[in-house]
Amino acid sequence: MENKKRKGAVIFSPYKKGEAIKKVVELKREDVLFELRESKLKGRGCAGFPTATKWTLVAAASSQEKYIVCNADEGEPGTFKDRVLLLEYPELVFDGMVIAGYTIGAKTGILYLRGEYEYMLKSLEDYLESMRKEKLLGKNIAGKEGFDFDIIIRLGSGAYVCGEETALIESLEGNRGEARNRPPYPVNTGFMGKPTTVNNVETFAAVSHIVVKGGTWYRKHGTDKSTGSKLFSVSGDCERPGVYELPWGIKVSELLEIVGAKDTKAVQVGGASGICIPKSQFDRILGYEDAATGGSIMIFNESRNMLHILKNFMEFFVEESCGQCTPCRIGNVKLLEGVEMLENGTYTFGYMNQLKELGKSMQIASKCGLGQSSPNAFISILENFKEEIFNGGGNHAK
Amino acid sequence: MLVLEKNAMTEEIEELVKKYGNSRSSLLPILQDIQRKHKNVSDFAQQEVARVLDIHPVEVYSVISFYSFLNTKPKGRNIVRLCQTITCDLSGKASVAKAIERELGIKFGETTKDNKITLEYVNCLGMCDQGPALLVNERVYAKVSPEKAIQILNEIK
Ligand SMILES: Cc1cc2nc3c(=O)[nH]c(=O)nc-3n(C[C@H](O)[C@H](O)[C@H](O)COP(=O)(O)O)c2cc1C
Ligand code: SF4
Ligand code: FES
Repeated sequence: MENKKRKGAVIFSPYKKGEAIKKVVELKREDVLFELRESKLKGRGCAGFPTATKWTLVAAASSQEKYIVCNADEGEPGTFKDRVLLLEYPELVFDGMVIAGYTIGAKTGILYLRGEYEYMLKSLEDYLESMRKEKLLGKNIAGKEGFDFDIIIRLGSGAYVCGEETALIESLEGNRGEARNRPPYPVNTGFMGKPTTVNNVETFAAVSHIVVKGGTWYRKHGTDKSTGSKLFSVSGDCERPGVYELPWGIKVSELLEIVGAKDTKAVQVGGASGICIPKSQFDRILGYEDAATGGSIMIFNESRNMLHILKNFMEFFVEESCGQCTPCRIGNVKLLEGVEMLENGTYTFGYMNQLKELGKSMQIASKCGLGQSSPNAFISILENFKEEIFNGGGNHAK
Repeated sequence: MLVLEKNAMTEEIEELVKKYGNSRSSLLPILQDIQRKHKNVSDFAQQEVARVLDIHPVEVYSVISFYSFLNTKPKGRNIVRLCQTITCDLSGKASVAKAIERELGIKFGETTKDNKITLEYVNCLGMCDQGPALLVNERVYAKVSPEKAIQILNEIK
């Protein structure tokens, strides 16, 4: 088990188990929502929806039954910060869920843990048990009369699309993990048809710190549009891969320096569903105003073959598409075939342009974020690495 | 399936329903427990789950077929999954895969004759900072070299 304590300005700053829970029970719900609004915290799952807005909607819903769901499906290639949070900082995540329960008026929290992380299950269950013993879960939490909340853990079973919040809810309800049409949104019609907030692991972790230290403190970090810090999962060609807490607004080149990346040719920001940035754009900044990311940073050096990388991404999407809608089910197969043509040298420029157009249609016409973002890599790699792809072709395909 | 085995399975499923409840939302945890123990959810198990949850067996099958960690056909006693996604790919997945295939004498997607090991590929395991990554049943291994992979295989019972 990983146990080394890390350093960081926000998430990895000092925090004691239960600290935020003990504080929150002294506050009014509106005060918590106020601090969240002040913090300008945006969801860390990748969509970046303001957390205060989401929670206000669920808090305002008049249902007796409401649910808090922590999305620990972490399936985006190159993302592993939730693994670190759950293994090393469970107090931040679970305290954040309890705070959500208090603020929204929910009695049940569900941690949806990806099946690949089953090895964490025992230690997480034990941790929840310790919280119950310390009155941080259960009835009358932290001595607050009538504040009852508990957390259960549910496992996924190996499906990337279940990270999409409506697919996740379908999965929790015992169905195939197929995304729903929206509206209605989970904030009205979520788990079991009840108002539900689905948030990322890191979002809950940030909330715990915000409750203790305040929204204004949080907002001091990062940029105006992207407040706070971000956990970056850095992998690929660099000397020090791992999870880094860095302020939003940092340049790609600065990050590369920190992690010891040399001879870098390309940086994939946001995982397989993100975009591929070439050297000429390394002065771009990481944040919602420019290159947004759920935290996945994959580094490729000069020795790497961009077509090989693109093919790996497209194979991923072909496998993980749930097949519910045509643009995504058929589109990803077509894009993969296109990559194979490029490898074999059997493509035409006309057809490749058609495929880029197809990608753009998929971005618009697909039912959920998977199909909407799966063409990003195809479009950005073909665009940014033209020379290598069209002049090299299949000759140096690995 | 023998009658005795069937009875045991029925009993097991009824226990699981006691543990998780008989609502539809218990379906996945029930299937996951069956899968963990038997490495598949047999036709008979599907029928029984459908019966106790009062849903159609086709519903159960449809759910199983959706998730890559659930299956209806028997597999080996241990499932070894190698990450095939890009960072592991670039850090030596192919040589680990070759070493494993050579050692076991089977290809990915196949099961050893003695039914001990099924080999599969899997997508990103969230260990990209320490690739290549390998999942043996629910246990994860990082920085797996060809040599280390064989050591890991040798420890499997
Ligand atoms: C295909 C797909 C996969 C996703 N996977 C995850 C995931 O693993 N974890 C996550 O928090 N959000 C994931 N999301 C985003 C969720 O739908 C949702 O926006 C998020 O959990 C909301 O939490 P937040 O507001 O705290 O970011 C995914 C979205 C899509 C389309
Ligand atoms: S976009 Fe893809 S994953 Fe999403 S609903 Fe359509 S087929 Fe399924
Ligand atoms: S790419 Fe293999 S664990 Fe992420």
